[in-house]
Amino acid sequence: MTELFIRLMRKPQGFVGVVLLALIASACLFGPALAPYAPEKIDFLGRFRAPGWQNWLGADQFGRDILSRLMVGARSTVPLAFIATFVGSAVGAIIGVGSAYLGGRTDEAIMRTNDAVMAIPGLLMALLLVSTLGNGAGNAVIAIAVAFAPGMARVTRSAALNVRNQDYVKAAIARGEGAPWIIFREMLPNVMAPIVIESTIRVSFAIMLFATLSFLGVGAQPPASEWGLMVAEARQYMHQAPWGLIAPSAAIALTAIAFNLLGDGLRDALNPKDEQ
Amino acid sequence: MTLVWFVRRLMLTVYTVIVVSMLVFAITQILPADAAQSLLGENATPDALAALRTKLGLGDPAWLQYGRWARHVFTGDFGISMRTSQPVGPEMLAALSRSLLLAVSAILVTLAVAVPLGVVAALRQGRLTDTGVSLIAYLGISLPEFVTATLLALLLSDTLHWLPATGYVSPLEDFGGGIRHLALPVLTVSVILVAHVMRMMRSETLDVLKSDYIRAARLKGLPERTVLFRHALRNALLPVVTIIALDVGYLLGGVIVIEEIFAIPGIGRALMVAITTRDLPSIQAGVLIMATTYAVTNTFADMAYAFLDRRIRYD
Repeated sequence: MTELFIRLMRKPQGFVGVVLLALIASACLFGPALAPYAPEKIDFLGRFRAPGWQNWLGADQFGRDILSRLMVGARSTVPLAFIATFVGSAVGAIIGVGSAYLGGRTDEAIMRTNDAVMAIPGLLMALLLVSTLGNGAGNAVIAIAVAFAPGMARVTRSAALNVRNQDYVKAAIARGEGAPWIIFREMLPNVMAPIVIESTIRVSFAIMLFATLSFLGVGAQPPASEWGLMVAEARQYMHQAPWGLIAPSAAIALTAIAFNLLGDGLRDALNPKDEQ
Repeated sequence: MTLVWFVRRLMLTVYTVIVVSMLVFAITQILPADAAQSLLGENATPDALAALRTKLGLGDPAWLQYGRWARHVFTGDFGISMRTSQPVGPEMLAALSRSLLLAVSAILVTLAVAVPLGVVAALRQGRLTDTGVSLIAYLGISLPEFVTATLLALLLSDTLHWLPATGYVSPLEDFGGGIRHLALPVLTVSVILVAHVMRMMRSETLDVLKSDYIRAARLKGLPERTVLFRHALRNALLPVVTIIALDVGYLLGGVIVIEEIFAIPGIGRALMVAITTRDLPSIQAGVLIMATTYAVTNTFADMAYAFLDRRIRYD
């Protein structure tokens, strides 16, 4: 584990990714304590105040401090995207490994159906589910998880097919182990590397998807300081206060970049053979 | 490309459409406890609810409801919009044509920009140009469409006044105006596509340049230009076909946001309106048309790939 971390930190992508994520994690943990103002504190004299010593990143249409809203909003953006990815990845991984274990025609049938489900674009799938389940952050998380599962199933299955033919799996089958044992104890631990890499990169998609749902008005609801929602609200005032738009956009982009970098860094660190 | 492979690939496309149709129908009509209630809202009278339930056939078992709907859809009848009382099918197809104009333009722009950039990055691996290209690619895949769209509109329309911010003009009626209105949406979509294709192009070119046949071509004493264009590029371009086809799925999802922001009356916007007004026939038709477009594009891409790369034998 320590060795892996050292290898990760040696790569520029891994290093920048880890540093950025440490910053984001501290915003999630201590954001409300560190924020200079309360995120919903209204100041009518300070409406659309430009960035300066009073409001470092400026103020929005109600004079609310944008920096404080971003720091508190990290909590309602990043952890939810994380949970959605985790649930989606877990479900997808189990489908993928299970399909590879069953093999033959069953595997073919499962994967063809899986591919068919993927013909519905992720955002559209999420929108459909949210419209059925009802608007809100919690339902958006469920929707994103469902939208992610087929993609993860495909990635996991291709890795699990190799593992399926390994001697230790054959030995387990010969011993007469049951399917759950083979899937969870023999195969799943050995396909963790590609799952972890893919999920890390997918967290960035989840953050963007979640922000997009909020932007479209079906995810987090006002007055939450979720970043996508902040962009949606600031759009109406982009002539007076472009900083209201740029700050949350940059926050979304930085978080997404951080997870992308970490994913690429992990890919290199977990596959030492690939080095040049 | 054998006939058996061809027939199997077509059957797979049909299967995809069937699975999608079941899924869409289940999510919109079967999954809600009472579709009539969610359509009419909480203040609906019991009479209206009962009438709608009979109209939709909600009392019947799920498979019967699906069968009835699927039979109509098969003959091209997607039903009547609950919002506009117009037939849904023609409306959605007209919207799709406007979206396809946006999508095809974006793909053309992407190819023109991303392929040369990817190749240049590969040729200058590890140097400043390469790092710059990689950084831009990272930014491209890390910005959601609504952020790119808003920032581009802020820059090109609000600050510089080069382009109109929103609206749609048919290029058939007013070519110049049509192009000007399309520019911002196309640019937005292209940012993300360019990032994908560029990364792919870079790694493919790197792989191909390491291959034996490139070494052989160089050892034969062929000029570097011939090696690059006749040997390397041809092979590196192949996987781009697949990437573009897969990106069509992304594109179709992306148009929902982009058409909403730029007020383009395409299928994405039509779907968004249908979803917010809970117009069931429109939602079902829209999703099915989108997924079919995706499935058909991928079928064509697979065929093109099999045709271009004679080494691939599917049987």
